Amino acid sequence: MLGLTPKDTTLLIIVAILTLFAPFILNPFPTDSAMAQFNAGYPDLMQRFVIFGIFAIGFNILFGLTGYLSFGHAAFLGVGSYSAVWMMKLLTMNVIPAIVLSVIVAGLFSVVIGYISLRRSGIYFSILTLAFAQMSYNLAYSVLTPVTNGETGLQIALDDPRILDGANAPQYPNLFGTEMNDAVTMTLGPWAFTFSVGYYVCAIIMMLAFYLSIRIFRSPFGMMLRAVKSNQQRMNYTGLNTRPYTLAAFVISGMYAGLAGGLMASMDPLAGAERMQWTASGEVVLMTILGGAGTLIGPVVGAGFIKYFENIFSKINDSILHQWFSFMPEGLEDLLVFLVHPFIGKGWHLTLGLLFMLVVIFLPGGLVEGGQRLSKMFRRKAKTSDEKTDGKTSPAE
Amino acid sequence: MSKYDVTRRGVLRTGAIAGAGFALPTYLRAQESGYLNAPTGSTVTLGFNVPQTGPYADEGADELRAFELAVEHLNGEGDGGMLNTFSSKSLSGSGILGKKVEFVTGDTQTKSDAARASAKSMIEKDGAIMISGGSSSGVAVAVQGLCQEAGVIFMAGLTHSNDTTGKDKKANGFRHFFNAYMSAAALAPVLKNLYGDDRRAYHLTADYTWGWTQQESIAAATEAMGWETVNNVLTPLASTDFSSYIAPVLNSGADVLVLNHYGGNMVNSLTNAVQFGLREKQANGKNFEIVVPLYSELMAKGAGKNIAGIVGSQNWDWKLENEMGDKYAGTNAFVKSFGEKYGFPPSQAAQTCYAQTLLYADAAERAGTFNPCAIVEALEGYEFDGLGNGPTSYRAEDHQCFKDVVVVKGAADPEDEFNLVEIVEVTPVEQVTYEPDHPMFAGGELGQCNPGA
Repeated sequence: MLGLTPKDTTLLIIVAILTLFAPFILNPFPTDSAMAQFNAGYPDLMQRFVIFGIFAIGFNILFGLTGYLSFGHAAFLGVGSYSAVWMMKLLTMNVIPAIVLSVIVAGLFSVVIGYISLRRSGIYFSILTLAFAQMSYNLAYSVLTPVTNGETGLQIALDDPRILDGANAPQYPNLFGTEMNDAVTMTLGPWAFTFSVGYYVCAIIMMLAFYLSIRIFRSPFGMMLRAVKSNQQRMNYTGLNTRPYTLAAFVISGMYAGLAGGLMASMDPLAGAERMQWTASGEVVLMTILGGAGTLIGPVVGAGFIKYFENIFSKINDSILHQWFSFMPEGLEDLLVFLVHPFIGKGWHLTLGLLFMLVVIFLPGGLVEGGQRLSKMFRRKAKTSDEKTDGKTSPAE
Repeated sequence: MSKYDVTRRGVLRTGAIAGAGFALPTYLRAQESGYLNAPTGSTVTLGFNVPQTGPYADEGADELRAFELAVEHLNGEGDGGMLNTFSSKSLSGSGILGKKVEFVTGDTQTKSDAARASAKSMIEKDGAIMISGGSSSGVAVAVQGLCQEAGVIFMAGLTHSNDTTGKDKKANGFRHFFNAYMSAAALAPVLKNLYGDDRRAYHLTADYTWGWTQQESIAAATEAMGWETVNNVLTPLASTDFSSYIAPVLNSGADVLVLNHYGGNMVNSLTNAVQFGLREKQANGKNFEIVVPLYSELMAKGAGKNIAGIVGSQNWDWKLENEMGDKYAGTNAFVKSFGEKYGFPPSQAAQTCYAQTLLYADAAERAGTFNPCAIVEALEGYEFDGLGNGPTSYRAEDHQCFKDVVVVKGAADPEDEFNLVEIVEVTPVEQVTYEPDHPMFAGGELGQCNPGA
């Protein structure tokens, strides 16, 4: 289907189901229960999951396929955000032009940076991209303040020109009149599920981006990129110029980052310079490695994982801990709170860091490898017991 | 292949049926009440979004203490603090509109992006009906914009930029704290008395909305009395070492250094300036002076001895009622309950956050609803007293509070760590009032209040 092998089709369908039903899946606990703390099914976080998913998918096209480790991808995200906000200030609050321009501008930007950085490979390439990203960050932070509004961040205002919008046009980001902020809340007994327009716009774009990335992975072009990763020198000796391929991969992944930036600005019309900081670039590297570099679904899983920690774990504070452990005797309760304290709230980085180390040491292929090992384990068990029924379910052709 | 199609269709069909089934009991939470996050149970949730990390973390911690105290007093616990002195008597200590007040907290990290993410999760996940807090005007402006878009009330905490109620003002946002223009208007006469009218000033300015507008205000006010502005250098908010910015000051021909820095920034830049021996220097035949237009007890504590004799302005000081009389009633009541709970007097950041929480609660009580539009109506043009600043009014045109400004000086010989700042004078409100269309505040519009539904 859609030019995909059955296996990839299944993967795409699974991703589609997961994203479309995310409001249910991410809200497993009733709203009033103590566990509601761990619910992640609110629009802002779900949007972040898919937007950073797009960012990581794009990064994986470069890093996973060619092995070029870019340490400056946040620059494209930031550029995308700024162009999207400017589009909303000047043209219209409709998100389509904003998203289109953010992809184009990020693409142009990555052509320039890629053209220069790709003259080197390995660590030198990483350092070059890092330098460019920090340069962009500093430009946005202080030099180009008339364009970027520096530290304060670029925002929309009521008196912006918006030449395409009429007098009665919506004041907030919208898709042909439907505002991104609009949401329907469904109450089912103690559960509440929120379906927001913004999330589904992001989700659909994410599925398209995911589909495109599958096609790239399976194409001859993707094969060429993998060849670059396994032995670039050899390819050069055979008389093949690899630079156009790597540059194309770099630009594609830059455009993915721009798309993510544009979507971020469309969901929340603000662009801040800190989006371009090196920590943001490092984050997408972590996402990809944590999930599994070079796999299709890995980066999305990694992005979700990190964003979940950032938004859920960082909000657990001492008083919540005391509630959890309140059934224990006084001294023990305090001791437990004291022990857990460094790992929650502000300390969420520490928890994430430990997990990252565990994953890198024990699952070099990322969380995806963990999943594969688990399923292999179950399949082996299943094979021995379900030998007879097995012939029935597997397709005969 | 066909097998896959069948399963897919099956999945879709099941999904559609399930979806339709689920959709039956669906209703719009917002439509029911006419506004977003209407409290349905016996509690109402407020969101306190303060910097817990970054250069303003000290202020954030103190803000959080004040919020907790305010919630306690609203729920009828503790000694009631400023509820007893507040001119409006609609709050009875039984929560707001009979609903117990609960709160959620978040970390703004002193970054606009992070602050908005944190505020969004409070609104969307925790159902907060009002967001307050924020140190740093960049964050306040960003979160105020978000609250306007989402449809909840924003009660600004510590934000001193003219833009918050100037070009970035929003119908859903309110500011109790004073602003850069008021600081400049209050400081200028004091500076003239102390240092004369032919000074040459060198500005170091935090590079964001607050620094820009404060520098503009101070430069305008001091130039009007005859000072000259030699140079203005912008420094990144995240800087921790200012020595490279201080060195050029000595050779610039300036004899006054104005530090448009706050929080950790100011502590570091002042320390650097003192280390470079600026205060012992002579320039143009006069003593070299340092001015910090906005400062607080917390910063004085951070800067230690370096703060002695340095002039600045404050929104409020905990000694106000003792030294300036009954006009500032409420101050002692607040200091007492804060001191009993935490063991030290509150900072101005704490006072403004406490007052904002009470003002919001009172507005909801008087309006009889949590609907943001009704609260906007209740607060616009509202005049009150007894919250520690003397008679105060919320101007309808820009949602800025107008009240007296305190001019302070670092104590030369402080008796203890709570008396690092002494009050020089209190500038009456008339002297710091400006027209809503003053050029430094022009360019924005409030727009319509947004109830989020």
